[in-house]
Amino acid sequence: MQAALTLDLAPIARADRWRPAELAFWLIPVAAYFIFPDNLVLLTQIAITALFCLSLDLILGYAGIVSLGHAAFFGLGAYAAGLLAAHGYGDPLLGLVAAALVTAVLGYVTSFLVLRGADLTRLMVTLGVAMMLYEIANKLTHITGGVDGLQGMEVLPVLGQFEFDLYGKTAYWYAIAVLFALFCVARKLVHSPFGLSLKGVRLNVGRMPAIGAPVNARLSAVYTIGAAYAGIAGALLAQTTQFVALDVLAFNRSAELLLILVLGGSGSLYGALLGTIVFMSAHHMLSDLNPQYWQFWLGALLVVIVLFARDGVMGGLRGGQRRLGAALGRTKQ
Amino acid sequence: MTVIFDGIASGMLLFLISVGLSVTLGLMNFVNLAHGAFAMLGGYVCVTLLNRAGVPFLATLPIAALATALVGVALERTLYRRLYAASHLDQVLFSIGLVFMSIAGAHYFFGAQQQPMVLPEFLQGQINLPGLDIGVYRLFLVVLSLAIAYGLNRLVRGTRFGAQLRASVDNPRAARGVGINVERIFTLTFALGTALAGLGGALGVEMLGLDPSFPVKYIVYFLIVVAVGGSGNIMGSLVASLILGVVDVAGKYYVPQIGAFVIYAVMVVMLIFRPQGLFGRRAAR
Amino acid sequence: MTSYALQTRNLVKKFGGFIATNDVTLNVEAGARHALIGPNGAGKTTLINLLTGFLEPTSGEVILNGDTVTHLAQHQRVKRGLARTFQINRLFADLTVLESVTMAVNERIGIGARFWRPVGAYAEAVDEAASLLSTLRLLDLAHEKTRNLAYGKQRLIEIALALAMKPGVLLLDEPAAGVPTSESRELFETIAALPRDVTILLIEHDMDLVFRFADCISVLVSGALLTGGTPDEIANNPKVKEVYLGEAISV
Repeated sequence: MQAALTLDLAPIARADRWRPAELAFWLIPVAAYFIFPDNLVLLTQIAITALFCLSLDLILGYAGIVSLGHAAFFGLGAYAAGLLAAHGYGDPLLGLVAAALVTAVLGYVTSFLVLRGADLTRLMVTLGVAMMLYEIANKLTHITGGVDGLQGMEVLPVLGQFEFDLYGKTAYWYAIAVLFALFCVARKLVHSPFGLSLKGVRLNVGRMPAIGAPVNARLSAVYTIGAAYAGIAGALLAQTTQFVALDVLAFNRSAELLLILVLGGSGSLYGALLGTIVFMSAHHMLSDLNPQYWQFWLGALLVVIVLFARDGVMGGLRGGQRRLGAALGRTKQ
Repeated sequence: MTVIFDGIASGMLLFLISVGLSVTLGLMNFVNLAHGAFAMLGGYVCVTLLNRAGVPFLATLPIAALATALVGVALERTLYRRLYAASHLDQVLFSIGLVFMSIAGAHYFFGAQQQPMVLPEFLQGQINLPGLDIGVYRLFLVVLSLAIAYGLNRLVRGTRFGAQLRASVDNPRAARGVGINVERIFTLTFALGTALAGLGGALGVEMLGLDPSFPVKYIVYFLIVVAVGGSGNIMGSLVASLILGVVDVAGKYYVPQIGAFVIYAVMVVMLIFRPQGLFGRRAAR
Repeated sequence: MTSYALQTRNLVKKFGGFIATNDVTLNVEAGARHALIGPNGAGKTTLINLLTGFLEPTSGEVILNGDTVTHLAQHQRVKRGLARTFQINRLFADLTVLESVTMAVNERIGIGARFWRPVGAYAEAVDEAASLLSTLRLLDLAHEKTRNLAYGKQRLIEIALALAMKPGVLLLDEPAAGVPTSESRELFETIAALPRDVTILLIEHDMDLVFRFADCISVLVSGALLTGGTPDEIANNPKVKEVYLGEAISV
């Protein structure tokens, strides 16, 4: 124990402290409410996508599992909450819990399929699972409404108190509250021994068994958690829009999410949030001009970043990110 | 029977389009999700020449293949090449970027609608046999694809280029070691693969349709062919394409309520039990 | 009666037609300083991989402290006290030294999957990691990122991660590989200072080090055990001389 006396343990002991910049970050949603009172629908969408992005960050950024079908969980969660609300169980929190449970089960079961293979197999298995769900939802029209979408949801007031209003105020605060709560949980997770071991897996998966860590059990666990997060995000979308469209399960959603995360910086919780804010705002502003332009330049940006700027622009971004991250005191990785 | 024949025809199309992807994956371990974009390009070249310039259908096919190959080689030389050593995630992101650009480009130049396609008269109509109605165009597809598959097989099995290609797929490092110019082989293969994709895209306008969402709509099918056939395996791709085509068409015809579900389920199950594909010799890394 | 910490019985590993490990029956006594030597390509690392469970043998058994562990996964063998280091560093480049070792301790004491309280809240693990670093004279580097360390220091982290397992049996796969001679002395002093109740199986190329360190030596040639014995016996064994002479000539 003398060792401990001579070593300043502060860096490891205080790693999970909230920094002032982090607190400042969470003032953004409050400020946004007052600055853009007419855009609450968009802001709510951003909050939901941010949660969805956070869920992908847990499995890609922290566990290193590349998924092309993360929308499977988002969509399943949306349908779970949507169907409950359409059949008389409209309590929002009940919907969230149900969505989380259902998607966690799917996540847990599919995690074994996903973990069996290497990168390429993972891509295709995740993609395949999402496509299967898409087809099911597409064909079971009497349950899901198919391409017409699921209608007839009746969502009760949040906590029996706050009714969903026409302006989307309740929806906004509801989404932000859920996002913040789940962010805090993710933050706990990341700073825990579990989170540390996930970093270990990503940094050197070959070493982990040699220090006694059951790698697949850990990955399976984080995949399940990520799935539940995505499911909750999907449920939020269903509840706040009172509608579930078939495209909650679409490939585009999975692919776009991957982009958001990479642009924002995977492996950092705030990267996922910031990436979503920037991406969605840009999308909103640019696609008003012309949706095809937006898609083209998004594609071009992606190509350029991957090809020429892994160290250049992205490095610059990362430098900025690092500075921002240092300010926010987020965990590196 | 008619259904099966239609399935075979659509399987042949899948084969033409996918075989290039299969070889790309097997040879360079490159996850190219943009492969469908090349097929789409071939389709648009064909349709444009046919409808706007009045070029005869049969003449549009080689042009479509050639044009696609040129674009493919240009991209391979300038962009793809830089990413051979990159992570799969980077390759995925890059190729999704290309897909997005191609979709937006197609929208810009051709609009969102399905492209009309009128086949020349001698390819229209049906041959009616007892218990079997064969569309002339379907027959044309099957015959042409079989010829190409045969040619490909001869190319790979019987020529020096083929031997070098097989060696490079089997073990790129060793191939390099014995003096094979793997980069050149790959450029040629990429050209061939994209040419076939372009040809398949042109031939497929009538059956698969052609609109800007083409690269996304069918990418799963192409990936399934690779997954089931085993990456880098031409005969595997052919068999997998045929199975997929028949199951898909028959499934949609006889049990439309299940639709494409079966296909995805089969792929996932396949990947779990035989990650190297039905005929794969080694696991796709 | 001698007790064995680690044994193999008729261990065979084939890769296709190639026999990498050929009928190896090896006995490592408890508390031994046992060295495994052999020319390049003799299959030493394959043998280590079979012992640790990275590879499954084609046939034969691996026995740890009297229990058959042939089909246990790597991490389960680690839990039973079998730790290893790697010939080529397998470290966590972006973690600090203290974080890395703490993570290893976490896994050993079974809190690696705790997900609520922060790492720093488990003082027993952090303290143990710190005291281990202190033993290895790495304390001043505790908050450095592993990637920033000199190679010799990184080799010590390799050992620290293994020691954090509190192993009964420690497999050292060329611990001094790539370390300049000046630093390898320090490295071996550290290894020599390990408590005697830890059984050590050492793979090493440097014969000086082997003969100074080991009390028992096994010689592996072409996947099979050629002979075994005390350093003196091995030094005077004509067959061993032949193998090493042969290698010297072929080089």
